[in-house]
Amino acid sequence: MTIFGVPAQALFGQLLIGLINGAFYAMLSLGLSVIFGLLNIINFAHGAQYMMGAFVAYFALQWAGLGYWPSLLIAPVVVGLFGVLLERTMLKRLYHLDHLYGLLLTFGVALVVQGLFRNEFGSSGLPYAAPPQLTGGYNLGFMFLPTYRAWVVVFSLVICLGTWYVIERTKLGAYLRAATENPTLVQAFGIDVPRMITLTYGFGVALAALAGVLAAPIYQVNPLMGADLIIVVFAVVVIGGLGSIMGSIVTGFGLGVVEGFTKVFYPEASNTVIFVIMALVLLVRPSGLFGRTA
Amino acid sequence: MSVTAKPAIAAPARDAIETPAVPTHQLAAFTVMLVVLVAAPFFVYPVFLMKALCFALFACAFNLLIGYVGLLSFGHAAFLGSAGYASAYAAKVWGFPPELAILSGTLAAGALGTIIGALTIRSRGIYFANITLAFAQMIFFFSLQAKFTGGEDGIQAVPRGTLLGVLDLRQTYTMYFVVLAVFLIGFLIVYRSIHSPFGQVLKAIRENEPRATSLGYQPEHYKLIAFVISATLSGTAGATKAIVFQLASLTDVHWTMSGEVVLMTLLGGMGTVFGPVVGAFLVISLEHYLAQLGSWLTIVQGLIFVVCVLTFRRGVIGELGRLLKKPL
Repeated sequence: MTIFGVPAQALFGQLLIGLINGAFYAMLSLGLSVIFGLLNIINFAHGAQYMMGAFVAYFALQWAGLGYWPSLLIAPVVVGLFGVLLERTMLKRLYHLDHLYGLLLTFGVALVVQGLFRNEFGSSGLPYAAPPQLTGGYNLGFMFLPTYRAWVVVFSLVICLGTWYVIERTKLGAYLRAATENPTLVQAFGIDVPRMITLTYGFGVALAALAGVLAAPIYQVNPLMGADLIIVVFAVVVIGGLGSIMGSIVTGFGLGVVEGFTKVFYPEASNTVIFVIMALVLLVRPSGLFGRTA
Repeated sequence: MSVTAKPAIAAPARDAIETPAVPTHQLAAFTVMLVVLVAAPFFVYPVFLMKALCFALFACAFNLLIGYVGLLSFGHAAFLGSAGYASAYAAKVWGFPPELAILSGTLAAGALGTIIGALTIRSRGIYFANITLAFAQMIFFFSLQAKFTGGEDGIQAVPRGTLLGVLDLRQTYTMYFVVLAVFLIGFLIVYRSIHSPFGQVLKAIRENEPRATSLGYQPEHYKLIAFVISATLSGTAGATKAIVFQLASLTDVHWTMSGEVVLMTLLGGMGTVFGPVVGAFLVISLEHYLAQLGSWLTIVQGLIFVVCVLTFRRGVIGELGRLLKKPL
């Protein structure tokens, strides 16, 4: 069977890869968006924190014999705490300055973290096996669907929508949105905004770490796994519109799929297609597809 | 800035902006820099100095944007790198003499800067940083895949040639003084751009954009011109670098290079005249001495970023200028 002169097998295969990449784009850009919404900084260390998540899973297995399932909880907590520490000790001192300093600081942190890991583990990947419950796959007739990949897509979708629900539909989320609009006023109502900022940063970082654990069995554990990925995610965030929660999720998955299809129909452009889309979106809507104001 | 009392002149707003004369202390600093740079190759390895000079020009061009317009570009490697490719290709494949090869690279970066600038200049702050970064990454992947750039190999064995048919650039000292001349021209162009009515408008836009608009200036035009000047001079730096090292490679288009120029400018002092030059020399020396230590270089660079942002935001020259109570 062929579709547009391309074997269906290849088409669906790339669609799946696109959805997987899209799942990571969505989770990472969601974290960036949540952080940006409240702190107004672009967290350049997001890619490094994603990598740290994968490494925490790897260490948990090597040192404590804790497998994949506990790691799904341990890694976000550990890396999230690292984020909280970073916010308390460093980022906090920069809020009264131009937001660009936050970007430069997190860029420096990313360099240090990635450099330290590369020193210790080189730049070749360390293998990390998928849990036995998720190995194997299903033959759907038109394609083979590996269980683990299906799990990643479904799980990240659940996490993304859960985050959206918490922010848009709960009281806690309402505080958060209010603090994004006017922190001073929210503080005047007796809500501890600085603590909320710290926890929000920790949460965004934890999302990155969770994505890292999910990625470990697919891409292996590599000190530089987040370094180039994060730049694509920045483009995704620009296309979706910074600070928009649903925008991050939709553009994340959507662009993953678009990228997957580009690999089938015009492989030369598969690396650049997201940046080209970004340029086009900027021409039409400078604040992004779902953004409010630039 | 010293403001001398002037009688009120009923002139149109545009003409009312005075171009300040070059202050004595800056003239003195410039003389010191000139003397040091002329004498340096007889004491220090000239190839190292040439590399530092190319990066100093790159950082000065970058500083025009961050220091005087307040725009942080995180994609300046695109201009450095693509100009390097254009210059190397012109010199090697078309057999251009070095002056025309450097000019080709400069013009290529200027054209690229016009396109990217037109697309990005409407955004500001973090958006601008993000978008320029993404565009630079696009240029990186293009350079990786395009035929004429040589992909992973880059363009190697670029002939240095003979400048204007007279100066044989294979001589290290000749090459050095040509690079020094290119650097000084670029430096003076940046200086002139900043210390001109145009530069005053840029500063006005940085401080208060709505006010500048209300005075009848079109901020986007001014920002775009500044962006194009910055991109073009970054191109000059990249093109010259390609001729000096006889190589154009992916390193110069990679985003780590964009980060490096930010580091140089931050360390030297954003918005100072001499800061980027000092910053470039410091960072290049650091790379030189830490080159054997592999990824420790990245760690040290990251630490410098963190320390500068947290405690040393004025940079070396900014702090020095504050001690002397004179802007350098």
